[in-house]
Amino acid sequence: MKQLMLGNEAVARGLYEAGCAFVSSYPGTPSTEITEAAAKYAEIYAEWAPNEKVAMESAFGACLAGKRSFCGMKHVGLNVAADPLFTIGYTGVNAGMVIGVADDAGMHSSQNEQDSRHYARASKIPMLEPSDSAEALAFTKLAYTLSEQFDTPVLLKMCTRIAHSQSVVETGDRTEISKPYEKNPQKYIMMPGNAKRRHPIVEARTKALVNWAETAPINYVEAGADHSRGIITSSTAYQYVKEVCGDRYPVLKLGMIWPMPEKKILDFAAAVDELVVVEELDSFIEAHCLSLGLKVTGKSLFPCIDEFSQNLVAQKLGMQLACTGCKVEDAIPARPPVMCAGCPHRSLFYTLAKNKITALGDIGCYTLGAVPPLAALDTTICMGASISGAHGFTKALAGAADNKTVAVIGDSTFMHSGVTGLINVAYNESNTTVIIVDNSITGMTGHQQNPTTGMNLKGDPCTKIDLETLCRAVGIRRVRVVDPYNLKETETALLEELAANEPSVIISRRPCALLKYVKHEKPVAVDPDKCRSCKLCMKIGCPAISMKDGKATIDNTLCTGCGVCTQLCHFGALHGGKEA
Amino acid sequence: METKNIMIVGVGGQGSLLASKLLGRLLLTKGYDIKVSEVHGMSQRGGSVVTYVRFGEKVYSPVIDKGEADYIVSFELLEAARWTEYLKNGGRIIANTQQINPMPVITGAAEYPADLAAKMQNMGIDIDAFDALSLAEQAGSAKAVNIVLMGHLSRSFDFTLDEWMDAIEKSVPSKFLELNKRAFLLGREA
Repeated sequence: MKQLMLGNEAVARGLYEAGCAFVSSYPGTPSTEITEAAAKYAEIYAEWAPNEKVAMESAFGACLAGKRSFCGMKHVGLNVAADPLFTIGYTGVNAGMVIGVADDAGMHSSQNEQDSRHYARASKIPMLEPSDSAEALAFTKLAYTLSEQFDTPVLLKMCTRIAHSQSVVETGDRTEISKPYEKNPQKYIMMPGNAKRRHPIVEARTKALVNWAETAPINYVEAGADHSRGIITSSTAYQYVKEVCGDRYPVLKLGMIWPMPEKKILDFAAAVDELVVVEELDSFIEAHCLSLGLKVTGKSLFPCIDEFSQNLVAQKLGMQLACTGCKVEDAIPARPPVMCAGCPHRSLFYTLAKNKITALGDIGCYTLGAVPPLAALDTTICMGASISGAHGFTKALAGAADNKTVAVIGDSTFMHSGVTGLINVAYNESNTTVIIVDNSITGMTGHQQNPTTGMNLKGDPCTKIDLETLCRAVGIRRVRVVDPYNLKETETALLEELAANEPSVIISRRPCALLKYVKHEKPVAVDPDKCRSCKLCMKIGCPAISMKDGKATIDNTLCTGCGVCTQLCHFGALHGGKEA
Repeated sequence: METKNIMIVGVGGQGSLLASKLLGRLLLTKGYDIKVSEVHGMSQRGGSVVTYVRFGEKVYSPVIDKGEADYIVSFELLEAARWTEYLKNGGRIIANTQQINPMPVITGAAEYPADLAAKMQNMGIDIDAFDALSLAEQAGSAKAVNIVLMGHLSRSFDFTLDEWMDAIEKSVPSKFLELNKRAFLLGREA
C-alpha cells in the first residue's frame, strides 16, 4: 500500500519489515521519531536508554543474543556512543545491527554542524545514506542484510531534510529473524591478543565491501546527454541536483557513502569532461575522489557550511535561477523560539539573572534561558557539560568569596551524563551548586519519557529513579527541592546553597506546562488602574505578557495562570493565577 | 504537470503540521508524487515555522526555495510578510489577519510593522487576508485556524468537497471531526 511517511517513520517501517526485535535510543532532533514510530509496532521491543552509549551497547547485546537490533541518535549522540562504536566494528555482529544517526546541516536544533560520515571511515563501519522516505525504508532493510553478510554493524545516516520530510513509500510484510548465540571469545572479547587478530579481518571486510559497492544497485549512474560535466552526489544534495539539472548531466548517485567504490567512480570520471561532487557539509566524497588521483570540483565551489537548496545548487552550477519574489520594505522582526507561557524554567532563570549568577548551562528547552530578556546562561556545550564545567570553574576560583557559579541541567540530561559530573563534584570536593531543572519529561525533543518520569517509551508505568536519593547516594549531603513558581522560596534556596561551604543540589521541580496531565489555573487578570507601567513583569520574558497603551496586558489564550508575574508586581496590579 | 509548491508558515504551536498532514492525505489519494517537509524540535517553541508541501509527477527537492511558491498559507500576518520572497511571480498569499507579537516586539526591541496586508497588496502581491481566528472560534475552537485556512485554500484547487472531507476524516481524531468540518466549510465560504 502506498503511504506518505516521514523519513524517520520509514526507517521504523524498515525496522519492522526487517524483523528487528530490539530498539534502544536516546531522543535527539532530528532522529527521535524513528524510535517513537518503532515503539508502535507490537513486534518490536523499544526503549529510551539514558544515553546513546547505553543504547548502542544494549543494541549490541541484543544482536549478540540473536535478534536484529537498532539504536538511533542525533549526530552529537554518536560522539557519546563512539566508544562502543569503534570496538563493535571489530567484533562484528551475530544477528544484524543497525545504528541510525541523523545529522543536522543548518543546525535547526543542534549545537554544532558535524558531519557524521567521518565516523564511518574512522570506525571502518559501512554507512548507507538514503535520499527520501522510500530509500529510508529500503536501505534500513538492506542494512540488516549487509550487517549479517559482512559481519559488521551498519550505520544508517539520515539528515534533517530526509528525516523530517514525508514522501511516498510502498510497505511490505515482516520477516522474523532469529539466530542462536554461540560463545566465541576470540570474536567478542576484545583484549589485545584477540583484537590484534580481528583488525586484519576488519580491513579485509572493508575490501570486500568496496567490491560490493562496485556493483551495488544503490550506487547507480543516471545517464545525461551533456557529458561536459558529471556529478557525484548523495542524500539531499542528490535531490537538489536532480531538481536543478533534471537529466542534463550524468549523475553517479551513491547510496552507500562508506566504503565507496573505486572502479565505478574512475569509470564515471573517465566518461565526463569535468567531475563535480555536490555534497553537504565536509569534503568526503570529494576527498575520496582526490585519493583516487582524480581532478575534481567540490568544496572550491560549494560551501561546507549550512544546508543546500535548489537555488544554491543552481547558482553554483551556473544554471537558471527561479525569479525571486519581492521583499516587504519594513524591517520584519525576528521570531526566535521562546520558553512557553507557564514554563517552570522561566522563574528560575529570572532568579539567576536577578542575582547576577554565572550559570553554566546544558542541552534542553532551558537553553532558551540564554535568550533576552532573561539572558541568564553563560555556556552551552554538550550533554552534561554544565556540572563538570561548574566543577572546574569553581575549583579554579577556589577560595574566592564572590564565586556565584551554578550548573543548570534538566532531569533527562542529568540522567544522560550529569550523574558522572556530580560524582566528580562529590569525590573531588568542589563547592559547586548544581540546579536540576526537573520538568518531569524530556521537553525539547517533544515529550519523551526518561528514567525519572516513572513511565517507559511504550507508555507503561515503570521504575522511577528518585533524583534526591540518587544525589545523596553519590555523596551530596545538601539536596533540597523547590517549586520554581515560588520566587521567594527559589531565591532563598539559591542564596543559601551558594553560601554553603560544601557541594549542593537544588532540584527545581515543576512538570512542563505542556504536559497533558498538568492543569492550568485561570489566566492572570490585570487591574489597569493599579498598573504603574514599571514593566517589571516584562523582565521574565513571558510571551503572554505585553504592554498595550502603557499598561500590562495578558494574552488569555497563552496564560496558564502560573502566577509568577503576580509575585513580581509591587502594586498589586496583577492578580489571580496560582498562589505562591 | 509542473510541480506545485505550497508553503505553510506560522508560529510554532499554531498547528501547521495538521494542515500539511491533511494536504498530504488528499494529494496521495490523487496519485501525485509528494514531498512534505516539516520542522520539529527547538524552533517549534513559539518560533517562526515553515512547512513545505510539493506535489506533481515527480518531486525531487523536499524544500521550496525563493521565488518558487505558488501559494503561501500564513497563520499570522508578520509571518506572511517574512516569506514574500519565496512567492512565485503570480503566486498568491492566503493569510490569517491575526497578529502574534514575537519576543523582540514584546520586549520593545522591535516594532510590529503596521498595515502589512495593505503594504503587500501595494507591492502587487495577490494577497487574500481574512480573519480566520474568528471563524475558527465560530466553529468551536481557536485551534481550528489551521483547518479554516485549508478550507480557504481549497477554493484555489479543483479537488471536490468530498475529497477534502475524506482527507479531514483521515487526519483528525473523531471527537474533533465535526468541529473541523465546520471550520473547513467556514473557511471555504469566507
